[in-house]
Amino acid sequence: MTTSGGKSPLVRIEGVTKRFGEVTAVDGVSLHIDEGEFFALLGPSGCGKTTLMRMLAGFEAPDGGRILLNGQDMAGLPPHQRPTSMMFQSYALFPHLSVEQNIAFGLARQGWARAAIGPRVEEMLSLVRLEGLNRRKPSQLSGGQAQRVALARALAPGPRILLLDEPLAALDRKLREETQLELRALQRRLGVTFLVVTHDQDEAMVMADRIAVMRAGTIAQVGPPKAVYERPASRYVAEFLGEANLFEHGAGWRLVRPEKMSISPVPSPGALQGDVAEVAYFGDRTRYIVEVDGKALLVSRANVGGPLPFQAGDAAWVTYAPEAAVDLAS
Amino acid sequence: MTGGRGRRLAIALPYLWLLVFFALPFALVAKLSLSHTVLAMPPYAPRLDPSRGLAGVGEFLHGLSFTTYARLGSDRLYVAAYLSSLRFAAIATAILLVIGYPIAYGMSRFGPRAREALVMAVILPFWTSFLIRIYAWIAILKPAGLLNQALDLVHLAPLDLLDTNTAVIIGMVYAYLPFMVLPLYAVLEKQDASLIEAARDLGCTATQAFWRVTFPLSLPGVGAGCLLCFIPMVGEFVIPDLLGGSRTLMLGRTIWTEFFADRDWPAASAVAIVLLATLAIPIALFQRQQAKVLS
Repeated sequence: MTTSGGKSPLVRIEGVTKRFGEVTAVDGVSLHIDEGEFFALLGPSGCGKTTLMRMLAGFEAPDGGRILLNGQDMAGLPPHQRPTSMMFQSYALFPHLSVEQNIAFGLARQGWARAAIGPRVEEMLSLVRLEGLNRRKPSQLSGGQAQRVALARALAPGPRILLLDEPLAALDRKLREETQLELRALQRRLGVTFLVVTHDQDEAMVMADRIAVMRAGTIAQVGPPKAVYERPASRYVAEFLGEANLFEHGAGWRLVRPEKMSISPVPSPGALQGDVAEVAYFGDRTRYIVEVDGKALLVSRANVGGPLPFQAGDAAWVTYAPEAAVDLAS
Repeated sequence: MTGGRGRRLAIALPYLWLLVFFALPFALVAKLSLSHTVLAMPPYAPRLDPSRGLAGVGEFLHGLSFTTYARLGSDRLYVAAYLSSLRFAAIATAILLVIGYPIAYGMSRFGPRAREALVMAVILPFWTSFLIRIYAWIAILKPAGLLNQALDLVHLAPLDLLDTNTAVIIGMVYAYLPFMVLPLYAVLEKQDASLIEAARDLGCTATQAFWRVTFPLSLPGVGAGCLLCFIPMVGEFVIPDLLGGSRTLMLGRTIWTEFFADRDWPAASAVAIVLLATLAIPIALFQRQQAKVLS
């Protein structure tokens, strides 16, 4: 399940383990990330996704396994000698330096000629649409502007891979949704490999070519967003990524996504009879919670012709097409 | 209305305190510095005689003059005492910064629990009287003191430090170390660790990250620490008096000598006023810098 399309893997993570005292933060993870790919590490807080990224940047050393970047073993290489750049969750802009000094910071250190630095800073400022803010201090920037300066600073030295730690977590919802698409477009245009760490499934689905869903230091599943959503490998992935109706099925589970369920006020063959417990109107869709034999089932319908005339307490019959069901082994 | 009065009272009290315990004594010293010595008790003139009304005030004002200040400028001893005091304070401040910075930096890198204990350790000496701690240095530095006993044990030649300028510097560095460490620690402890990681990530070695990020961002602490030490050290009296030699020239001692030995109250006052004026410059600079950091 790769989208590499003949490109060579840029990053190879082979059986990497990291322990902090008694806690195993990352437990034998193997992954590869292709050149030019937008890859997302997705999982709840404490699943080890940030630790894995920090090992790639060189801020933590693995206790086991190895990390290859462009075929070269990164073991023992300090952060400043790695072709990685990191965009920090707090942005970590240097408060004593102006916007342009922040962006130029990595250039001088990485051997750019003095004459090339100025034009490169301007190029980066126009890339993130912050022309003219050269002399501002970080304290004089809005949250969205600071986020873009952090992005420009990380991209300026021309890293092989950009590591983004919860890049949109500090933005408000509307700006976050716009920025998801902007980041995606920027990555396509530059062709730089992006690795983003996030706990937000929408963010991962919208932006990434492939998602690795993590759980307690291990990889639960890797694949393109559509594959992971439509064909989750486990109940954990099914429930973490989107909403899920799960039915006991032999030793495992049968998954039906709420938007693949249909709801009707009249019985039909094979339909499950229940009572509408709750109707939640989201504008673009409506979510019905239907109690069937004491079990709450979720049904999500697009409001194409307006919401269906159900109210809490109404009788309803829910059903799904056999091909909409996915059987999970665990 | 009571709320307004309460608020005014709350503002007035500290100002009243400052008026009574700072502005009035300062005015008194300023007035003294404009007087001249006489063989009397108290040993200066003119004196304000309130019973003579406005005429008395006029006579009093007429009697004041700047001659004492002129004397300070022309007398080599005073100029030398000023320069020597500034030199002592500057040398001690530089040593304090070099010693205090690594201590504060090291403290800030520990976990929260250990940090609390370390701050406590820095403050702990204050639990003993300052005077006793300086006397303890006499016991350490005197010819047959602890230092020379220790040197003798490792077969090194003894050092004759007590009653020298070196002893004064040692004593001042010892006594003022917490005033250097604490402001430095306060800024270093607040520093966002991800700034250093960002610098490392952008191509800095650990040393470069320190000089380009940690140090510049700690400058407000450096300024605060240096001024907190430098300003009182210029006028320091106890340490040079107890640990210094007869040739250790510092303003605190000059003021004491003028006041108590020579009974030249105007000269003592003028020396104190000039000292304050000199120190007002670094204090003003410091406040400007702090305001800039805050904005």
